[in-house]
Amino acid sequence: MKRSNEPVFWALFGAGGMLSALIGPVLIFVTGVALPLGWLLPWPAWDHARMLALAQQPLAKLALLALISLFLFHGCHRLLHSLHDLGVHAGRTAAIAFYGFATVATLITAVLLLRIGF
Amino acid sequence: MSRHRSTASGYVRPMAGWWRRNPYFLRYMAREGSALALTAYALVLLAGLACLAQGEAAYERWRALLTTPLSIVLHLLALALVAYHALTWFQVMPKTAPRLPFAPGLITAAGLAASAALSLLLVAWLAWGVQ
Repeated sequence: MKRSNEPVFWALFGAGGMLSALIGPVLIFVTGVALPLGWLLPWPAWDHARMLALAQQPLAKLALLALISLFLFHGCHRLLHSLHDLGVHAGRTAAIAFYGFATVATLITAVLLLRIGF
Repeated sequence: MSRHRSTASGYVRPMAGWWRRNPYFLRYMAREGSALALTAYALVLLAGLACLAQGEAAYERWRALLTTPLSIVLHLLALALVAYHALTWFQVMPKTAPRLPFAPGLITAAGLAASAALSLLLVAWLAWGVQ
């Protein structure tokens, strides 16, 4: 029997689901609502110089890569399986497109994090 | 030609709007919709990272975009969907465990408590810890 690749994607889906269940809402609140409205932090506290310094920390790089990549793998896995519920039966092509999208975005994130430097 | 061909001349039961007919399906689709919100949010972060790498002018453009009313409203919508995802995620968790020596609701409660604690910690750290 041919080995299925489903466990790999399911593990990424599960990890992204857990991470987003734990801190997804608060992250969206902080970066999408609170900080833009000037709550919690003064505007200069998250300017280019400070965020660049933060993104140069190895731990912050790891956190950003995990966040972006796992959120995308979770989201793409769910969207792929929702296609069926919406009456779109795209099969293998859709799987390659959705997981491929998450994979490419993960690689771009990694390259950007490396280019920012240490 | 297959002799098992349907005689029903290709009738396919229409699927359009099936999930709007029952509140259970509506909740199901709201949860699936959280995936769209989460994917979009990850792309917003990725765009921010790309702007950060590009330079100060690009980063300030990204920041300015976040302050537009449309962005705030979309983030609030995403916040509601992802919070609903978190609730359902922890509600499903005990159902994936084989047999528990305690009430299954404890896992749900513990998960939601952990999420609330982490959220409060992050907000408190930003408000009082970062100078």
